[in-house]
Amino acid sequence: MATELGPTPVKSPASGAAPVHHAPKGVGEDNRIASQGRWASWLLAPTIVALGIVIVYPIISAIVMSFQKDAGLDPATGLFTAGGSAGIQNYVNWLAQQCSAPAGGTVACPPGTLGGQFWSATATTFFFTIVTVTLETVLGFWMAVIMARTFRGRSLVRAAVLVPWAIPTAVTAKLWFFIFAFEGIANKLFNTTILWTGSEWPAKWAVIIADVWKTTPFMALLILAGLQMIPAEVYEAAKVDGASAWQRFRLITLPLVKPALMVAILFRTLDALRMFDLPYILTGGANNTTTLSILVINQIRQGFNSAAALSTITFIIIFLVAFIFVRFLGANVVEQSGATGKGKK
Amino acid sequence: MTTATADATALRARQDKGRKTAQNREKWAQGRTYISAVVVLIWCLAPAYWMVVTAFREVGFTYDTSILPTHVTMDNFITAFDTSFGNRFGQALLNSVFIGGVVTVVSLVIGVFAAYALARLNFRFKYLVLGFILGASMFPGVALITPLFQLFTNIGWMGTYQALIIPNISFVLPLTVYTMTSFFREMPWELEESARVDGCTQGQAFRKVIMPLAAPAIFTTAILAFISSWNEFLIASQLSSDATQPVTVAIANFAGAQPNQIPYTAIMAAGTIVTIPLVILVLVFQRKIVAGLTAGAVK
Repeated sequence: MATELGPTPVKSPASGAAPVHHAPKGVGEDNRIASQGRWASWLLAPTIVALGIVIVYPIISAIVMSFQKDAGLDPATGLFTAGGSAGIQNYVNWLAQQCSAPAGGTVACPPGTLGGQFWSATATTFFFTIVTVTLETVLGFWMAVIMARTFRGRSLVRAAVLVPWAIPTAVTAKLWFFIFAFEGIANKLFNTTILWTGSEWPAKWAVIIADVWKTTPFMALLILAGLQMIPAEVYEAAKVDGASAWQRFRLITLPLVKPALMVAILFRTLDALRMFDLPYILTGGANNTTTLSILVINQIRQGFNSAAALSTITFIIIFLVAFIFVRFLGANVVEQSGATGKGKK
Repeated sequence: MTTATADATALRARQDKGRKTAQNREKWAQGRTYISAVVVLIWCLAPAYWMVVTAFREVGFTYDTSILPTHVTMDNFITAFDTSFGNRFGQALLNSVFIGGVVTVVSLVIGVFAAYALARLNFRFKYLVLGFILGASMFPGVALITPLFQLFTNIGWMGTYQALIIPNISFVLPLTVYTMTSFFREMPWELEESARVDGCTQGQAFRKVIMPLAAPAIFTTAILAFISSWNEFLIASQLSSDATQPVTVAIANFAGAQPNQIPYTAIMAAGTIVTIPLVILVLVFQRKIVAGLTAGAVK
């Protein structure tokens, strides 16, 4: 009997808990597992190789690049230098916001340069992430609860929420750019004269509103799928026992929808942390709407290696957030999408 | 006797009253649901509607605020395809279709095998592979762009189609694999068993029995894959040239006759052209697409 099937507690076929395959159990089981393993490796090979080429190779070369000096004019001598090893200098420069000085060594980056924007870009990225994901969760939950009810025209609402999702982000950004134009409909509707993309807070809110509009439907659909997994009898029973609407929500809906909700929040958070299209097109990153992704893109043409260090830092930040989610907040993505879920229906 | 009748009448009256309040409460709840539904509808559709209405407005009435279409014209759609200000919207549409098509086909052909293995077979490290693929789909594009930018510059691939197709596979392929994996889990695999009992090999059973059954799932996955490639902007904005740029980049860089005058109506027309096919596709295959979108999260 194969006892170790993987690092996570994969159900062993002998337990019969998961209908993963319907082979007769007993004699020949070992052979079957072994042959399935061989089959699996052949079937998975193309995907693993393709992802190795398009993801693993670039990551490794980015990490290698991040420890190299950018070729360019040496500020101290005015001569062209070919680069060479930089150690962790690129990382130190970003984290300490230092730029190389004309006299040699490093000084604090002057305001306005890319090097001086690391912490503000990090703060902006996290601000956008926290605000948009919170708003999207609350609004998405509300939409999901409405869509879960039975009423005439429900299918119309379910279709309508797909519209913002289907519009490309680049088009969404242009659309909201037009809505938030000085003479645009937003100012006319609310009788305001705000230069939306012209100063810090309006610009930030423009990005947040556009992002919430675009991605709340995705959140709502994920939460709705979770809500539909809850059997109606549970609510009926609670009603008979005299539970109020709020109690039913807090004691039944929330705990039962939590796994799906956590996965939805995780997906959205990781997506928001790499936000690029919307602020890049809507505000151009001006007025403190530069996210880490925009900073990397702006840096690329000024020095690959320094950009590689910054993109590695961004990657590590996103990885850490994902790790915290999975480890401490119980967003079990793999198990949710894994074979275990079948029994929940 | 009389007291009993009186009691019964009182009871019935109370019951009636109770039923009425319950009915009222239900009506009130139903009313609230409708109000909320209308709010959701307006919130989701109004901005998109505004894009379409503006697309059909004459340039001089760009900022018209009437809700219904006014000063209707088709000129903006002609302007959108006009190349005299350096816009290449028509070419960009073709580029997006081509890039999206290749990315979708490649991802499906590679991914279908992996999805079959993950959904059907039992093997070591299954969860590790699943985790790796899920992680890959959430991977930040900027972490890839820097080395690819340098690599493609060095080998002279900047602005070529392959320079746009290869990075897109990095996020479309994982999406394809895990969407198909969860679709495959739901399929009636007993039929495969019967085919094998009837003497098919596992490969034959897959080709002759499973593939036809899996066609709707594969088609839905193809739509999702195409949409995500169609919507890609970050990589394309850096690695494409004027000749190969997809629509997202073309729209983001859309220029007007005067540099300081933004051609909003033409941009909205271009946006409408880019969006309408997707919206139709999504609405027609609504059920399947929602199932595919939420597959990774709840199943």
